[in-house]
Amino acid sequence: MLQYFLKRLLSLGLSLVAASVVIFLALEVVPGDPAAYMLGLNAQEDTLAALREELGLGGSIAERYFSWAGGLLTGDFGTSYTYRTPVAGMIADRLWVSLPLALYALTVSTLIAFPAGIWAASRRGSGADASVMGVTQLGIAIPNFWFAMLMVLVLAIQLRWFSAGGFPGWEAGFLAGMKALTLPAIALALPQASILTRVMRSSLLDTLGEDFIRTARAKGLTRSQALWRHAVRNALIPVLTILGLQFSFLLAGAIIIENVFFLPGLGRLVFQSISARDLIVVESVVMLLVFAVIMVNFAVDMAYAWVDPRLRRRR
Amino acid sequence: MMGAFLHSRTLLPGAVLTLVFTFAALISLVWVPYDITVLDIANRMKSPNWTHPFGTDQFGRDILSMIMEGARTSIAVALVAVGIGMIIGVPLGLAAAARKGGLLDEVIMRANDLVFAFPSLLIAVMITAVFGASALNAIIAIGIFNIPVFARLTRGAALSLWNREYILAARVAGKGPARISLEHILPNVANLLIVQGTIQFSLGILAEAGLSYVGLGAQPPIASWGRMLADSQTMISLAPHLALFPGLAILLTVLGLNLLGDGLRDILDPRLRRART
Repeated sequence: MLQYFLKRLLSLGLSLVAASVVIFLALEVVPGDPAAYMLGLNAQEDTLAALREELGLGGSIAERYFSWAGGLLTGDFGTSYTYRTPVAGMIADRLWVSLPLALYALTVSTLIAFPAGIWAASRRGSGADASVMGVTQLGIAIPNFWFAMLMVLVLAIQLRWFSAGGFPGWEAGFLAGMKALTLPAIALALPQASILTRVMRSSLLDTLGEDFIRTARAKGLTRSQALWRHAVRNALIPVLTILGLQFSFLLAGAIIIENVFFLPGLGRLVFQSISARDLIVVESVVMLLVFAVIMVNFAVDMAYAWVDPRLRRRR
Repeated sequence: MMGAFLHSRTLLPGAVLTLVFTFAALISLVWVPYDITVLDIANRMKSPNWTHPFGTDQFGRDILSMIMEGARTSIAVALVAVGIGMIIGVPLGLAAAARKGGLLDEVIMRANDLVFAFPSLLIAVMITAVFGASALNAIIAIGIFNIPVFARLTRGAALSLWNREYILAARVAGKGPARISLEHILPNVANLLIVQGTIQFSLGILAEAGLSYVGLGAQPPIASWGRMLADSQTMISLAPHLALFPGLAILLTVLGLNLLGDGLRDILDPRLRRART
């Protein structure tokens, strides 16, 4: 286990370095000088040079990469070109909206998918199974930002149960914050819940066909005892993998959903920064999201190897 | 084949939906009910009626015509993006499988892992930050995301084929790895690629809609379902039909392609019948 862990840790490190190089090169070697953009057309050459120095834009590409990457490691994300405030602070503020939103959506998705998937699998071929499969087919095909708009129309504008958008801030209280995130979380969760339901169902059907389930039934367990005590636990492994992968889709998907509900999260920050050509902010947010994706996949791999020892040797 | 076509519960509805939108896109190349570049303010925000079956938007443009032209944009973007994924991904997968465990295999698979860490939306954000928003950049972003999907699928399927006896026979006959990949491996993974292609096509349509909704996709005057939804957002309580029809168009196209993919897989690869989730 330790050897496998160290090997995966090494490849994790390499992935992070490679990803940071790709992001840096893509966004740093772009045409256009942020200093000139900030100071406008009439800037003096020496003022420009001073500002470039201050922003860390002097030096070779390699020097700039190491200064940026080194900064990331110590929590210094640089200074925003437009707001002149530390990027780390801006991201931290927005993270307090985006991260709870992604976790909320993940919870909603799991709470829908587990019961629905188990229910459908335990009644395979019945009308209940067919309707669960039909609804998930729709859930996968529906664009979630459109579903979000329809929810706003019905639940916010017509029934007035929720506000149509915006975020009161956690200062307004935990419940007020959660209420503002409820519709976005449902919209974000819908496609993921549909996929997860299907994974749960098919994984459980596979497990129910295994020999040990027949043995359990032969020992006198009822269908539902065999299902709950033996099948569900064994069916969880592929489900957990998909759950981990979905976290990255939720983080990225939040960028779009935040736009529907005017939530001050990372997504809004990215779009504002793109239009202001505040590339250092874009760079840092993208790096943060990619970091999250890589770390979650690493954690899933580790959990997987811990649960299923066969996997450690196979690689 | 025909019997299977009629018996599959998903293939027929899937094929019909897909054909409807493909025809709408093709017809829009030569004819649409109204010219969508002409504004008709007197008839703005009209609900669906006999002259405008889907109503008109805030500039009096015919929604049906915009949906037809939007179908063209969506299908073109998703189709080219799938093409990029296949043209680059499949040869990479074949090469990785032919030299399994070698340096090339290792490099290709690690590069794939790296691309997988970037959801297509993030690729689009980066491309837009550098080059600005356009339909072409949306195609590139979705296309890049498709490359590892096809590379992995091809490699996985090809690896199992390389152990078959007929491949051994071909090697004994003196064929090199490139020729074997092309003549024996590729035809045997083609079915799998067609099925995955349909799935990626539907994901591409969703991705294009999402990107143009946030302004990272096709720019005016090119019609796009995602941007129609974005434009309708502030008027949704006054004119719900503005948001209804583009959303339904996306939903039905994606649903059609998914059903078609399910049905095709049942016919082309019975072994995978249970595996799809």
